[in-house]
Amino acid sequence: MTEIVVIARLVPDLVEELEIAASGTDLDRSWLRLIINEFDNHAIEQAIILKEKTAANVTIISLEAEGVEDMLFTTAAKGADRLIKITGLDDGKPTNQSAAKEIAKLIQEIGPDLVLNGVQAHDDISGDLAPLLADLLDMPYVGYISGVNLENGLAKAYKEYPGGIVAEMEITLPAVLGIQSSEEPPRYVAISKVRQMMSTATIEEISGADLNQDGPVRINRMYLPEAAEKAEMLKGNEDEIAEKLSSILQDLGLL
Amino acid sequence: MTQDIYLLIEHIQGQVSDISYIMTAAARDLSDKIGGSVVGVLLGSGSEGLKDSLKVDKVIYCDHPALAEFTSDAYKRTLTALLKEHTPRVMFFGNTTLGADISSSVASRLGYPIINSCQKITGDGQITSQICGGKIKLDSLLGDGTTLISMIPGGYKPEIGRGGPPSELIHFSPPDLGDLKVKLNQYIEPDTSDIDISQEKVLIAIGRGIQTEDNIELAEDLAKLLNGTVCASRPVIDQGWLPTSRLVGKSGKSVKPDLYLSLGISGATEHLEGITGSKTIIAINSDPDAPIFDIATYGIEIDLFDFIDPLLDKIKSVKSG
Repeated sequence: MTEIVVIARLVPDLVEELEIAASGTDLDRSWLRLIINEFDNHAIEQAIILKEKTAANVTIISLEAEGVEDMLFTTAAKGADRLIKITGLDDGKPTNQSAAKEIAKLIQEIGPDLVLNGVQAHDDISGDLAPLLADLLDMPYVGYISGVNLENGLAKAYKEYPGGIVAEMEITLPAVLGIQSSEEPPRYVAISKVRQMMSTATIEEISGADLNQDGPVRINRMYLPEAAEKAEMLKGNEDEIAEKLSSILQDLGLL
Repeated sequence: MTQDIYLLIEHIQGQVSDISYIMTAAARDLSDKIGGSVVGVLLGSGSEGLKDSLKVDKVIYCDHPALAEFTSDAYKRTLTALLKEHTPRVMFFGNTTLGADISSSVASRLGYPIINSCQKITGDGQITSQICGGKIKLDSLLGDGTTLISMIPGGYKPEIGRGGPPSELIHFSPPDLGDLKVKLNQYIEPDTSDIDISQEKVLIAIGRGIQTEDNIELAEDLAKLLNGTVCASRPVIDQGWLPTSRLVGKSGKSVKPDLYLSLGISGATEHLEGITGSKTIIAINSDPDAPIFDIATYGIEIDLFDFIDPLLDKIKSVKSG
């Protein structure tokens, strides 16, 4: 049976206010609300779509973080077969380099045909996880994929290029793919089904002894940019702003 | 190690991409601060002529049929071999759908540090990059050895990197490129039956803030009143609410309208890089920290659904005179 591994990550919810830690070189993670990385959600969906097409076995791997169990059980409710959580770092986010090493060890044991990961995560400082993994696993990597089919030991994948061009790529398996979007929007699962998984599915815990924050990049300073440096903000109540905007549109010759 | 600053020249279907000129501008800026020559690395097949439009001092050219168009396996093998032989101070890659396929894995293979999403070189050679969709910035220092940097648009105008031709051309022999694991079958050109948004003068752009498919009608009403066309950022396209031909940004179209009026778009980097050619950008968003306000001409911090009806009414009354 085809084996598919998906690496799913939690990232800061950008709707919430972000703050810098006292160190001045990291996010203040004490009150950070984490949500599933949208691209990883698409990678999960793509894996489930492939499972429905090819009778694959889908394993989801995640690093320990606040809310990771709920996220893993949700993937089980969607159809994932095996859930693995890598533990090991009590506080903070490990570097992608150390995470990739831990995840690669696990993937080597599973021996999948295909590894899927979201093409990027918005909190990646140094390097993207999927190509780092591909290098450690000595597998080919192609990112920005929006649709993939498996046939005869090959993945036929559709890669997005600038300008709306799509490249049809042929990739020898096993391979790592960075998913931009799944063929269909990520499916919705009822909370009752997730609850059911909480009592029936199991999350395997693997100790990630080598996870660390020793990054190759020397961060000097992390900071919030000055907001709205350029835009002239239109202020007032709804009607006053509508008045101002309409006169701008008139000045532009559009009304 | 040399003090030279390398950049990977990106090209698709015989055209040098804008990011190559932006990287050239960044490399020139860094060279002014820390010294070293600016060296373009060009991989291709019969593509030598592409070197002539860039303001670089030298070009290293590697010619092989497997390098005619970008594929990650052939590019990674070639660049790994090249960087083992030459050891520049810095090598820039585009944080594009091409460059991002290889920059991290080349860094991993060679044990080099990589800095993602650099927008600008500041101070005496610090690398200013961003995370969290532009809501957080970082200043990083170059490592002691070779550092790889993946570059996003926004900090340098492409025109600054145009120039040439370079004074020196160095040939590099490709490594073994047999048994490649990634092959390009074909390019599929975008659907041309729909409106070409890159040619439109007025664009009403919608993002995640539009919330539901039914609300798109509000944007269409506004577009009708302003003789414009509705386009969108990624989340709307991924939901299947508008066709891919309406996607603006990194893997969609770059647009250059007279007016770009955005409704509920926060302004992730991938989106912003597609709209920098707009003459006037008006952004409506409820989040005061939305990065789109950093590049907009006018910004309105308001709940879209409280504002859209008064706006439509006002425009209708002006139009009816």
